[in-house]
Amino acid sequence: MKCDVCKIREATVHLTEIINDNVTKLHLCEQCAKEKSQEMEEHFGLADLLSGLADLAPVMEEKKEKSAEVSIKCSACGFTFNNFRKMGRLGCPVCYEIFGKQLSPLLRKIHGTDSHIGKTPAKKDTVGDKVTLISDLKARLEKAVELEEFEEAARLRDQIRELEKKEKKEGKQ
Amino acid sequence: MKLEDFLYKKSEWLRGTGPKSNIVVSSRVRLARNLDKLPFFNWAKPKERESALVAIADATSKSKFTKKSLFLKMKDVSEIDRQFLVERHLVSPEHVIDPEYKAVVVDEKEIASIMINEEDHLRIQILQSGFNIVEAWNMADEIDTDLSKHLLYAFSIRWGYLTACPTNTGTGLRASIMLHLPALVMTNQIGKVFQAISKLGLTMRGFYGEGTEAIGNFFQVSNQVTLGHRESDLIEKIESIVDKLIKREESTRNILMVKNKEEMSDRIWRAHGTLKSARIITSAETIKLLSVIRLGVDLNIIGGIDRTRLNELFMLIQPAHLQKIEGKLLSAEQRDRKRADIIREKLQE
Ligand SMILES: [Zn+2]
Ligand SMILES: [Zn+2]
Repeated sequence: MKCDVCKIREATVHLTEIINDNVTKLHLCEQCAKEKSQEMEEHFGLADLLSGLADLAPVMEEKKEKSAEVSIKCSACGFTFNNFRKMGRLGCPVCYEIFGKQLSPLLRKIHGTDSHIGKTPAKKDTVGDKVTLISDLKARLEKAVELEEFEEAARLRDQIRELEKKEKKEGKQ
Repeated sequence: MKLEDFLYKKSEWLRGTGPKSNIVVSSRVRLARNLDKLPFFNWAKPKERESALVAIADATSKSKFTKKSLFLKMKDVSEIDRQFLVERHLVSPEHVIDPEYKAVVVDEKEIASIMINEEDHLRIQILQSGFNIVEAWNMADEIDTDLSKHLLYAFSIRWGYLTACPTNTGTGLRASIMLHLPALVMTNQIGKVFQAISKLGLTMRGFYGEGTEAIGNFFQVSNQVTLGHRESDLIEKIESIVDKLIKREESTRNILMVKNKEEMSDRIWRAHGTLKSARIITSAETIKLLSVIRLGVDLNIIGGIDRTRLNELFMLIQPAHLQKIEGKLLSAEQRDRKRADIIREKLQE
């Protein structure tokens, strides 16, 4: 029997796939089976992460420098972005900084926004965090104005003001 | 306090009291927290797992909220007792899979529990009886604030509390309310409810059983979004939506009682009859029938059984509980017999 995918090599692996109650039998050669299992692993990793949520496909497709991205590595814990794509979990708190650019659209997709406005812990270690945050918010504000997303822009503007006010207050102390 | 003490004590959340306890079984708030400077549990090396455990154990022994609580290392707990903790909703099923470096802290009333080294370093949980989600949040907030004086949490001003999974980032807050909605199921409204809920940023799932199959008409409603909203807003939102669900269930029950009183009553008494007579019964059948009886109690069709006893039965008929009562391991067939015995006994009382 020939492989269902490449139709060249001999099929040695036989898979049963069940999607929405449809049973499909697949006969694959070793090489195609390997590729298939990698695809399934990635698919399930993300499916787990986004269970019940809108699918991530468009976000992932937007990325052109895909191969460069998957090899980004967290300097603190050694976790790679590819690990994240497979497992749907991050390695350590620093990963958020390192993968920030990739995580932002994902967080927006999941939560509708990517900035926190809730509780803060009693003890904090956020040296430099605020400065980066404000400059980041300002960049986003510019972009929102450019795209004529005025509601979002107003929200960002308020957030920046609030942060700057807080900073001034803390500076005086 | 020992784990054994829990067996014949009713968990606080099973009291069957509290606001709207005819429909709301329990209200739960969970906060996910991680320690700064350490990898998340699943990516951490054994040494790092150990140091997270030591740091959190130390903090919980100092906090006024947890210093008198029971502290259990999962690896010191027997297989049955781990399952027992899962059945009492004190730990998640994931927490018992690989017990090394994992622990749980439980207060005497079983209202507050903290899982240490689950997917996140800390999972602070408050479980209350009835429709009490605001109170549950306030308690979780207090415990969390106190612990954060002893521990340095992974937190960023931009993203909030940093969690292993981005679905929990921000507040790390998951509020869940467990509801009993038999009338909405009987009148085929539940499908629409599922759809409406998912459009409102909440999720709903059947409580017992796999996937969307909901045995016994028990459902859990939770917030889906954790980032970009204040905790109090998330709580207020789930509270107001669940409030609407409760009203819908109540009005449907009233309509059923007016239009189909005899059929309802027949169904409820048949369920009662089966449970009072059965000699062998599975847990799925038990949950189905207990659900019907619970409705009968709520509608005053059946008297003489209170909700606390029914809630207790839901707990006792689970495999680990049955085996702890019997004091030995039981096969599935033996459990089905033991389960029927306990139900007959409890319904006789
Ligand atoms: Zn092939
Ligand atoms: Zn990392």
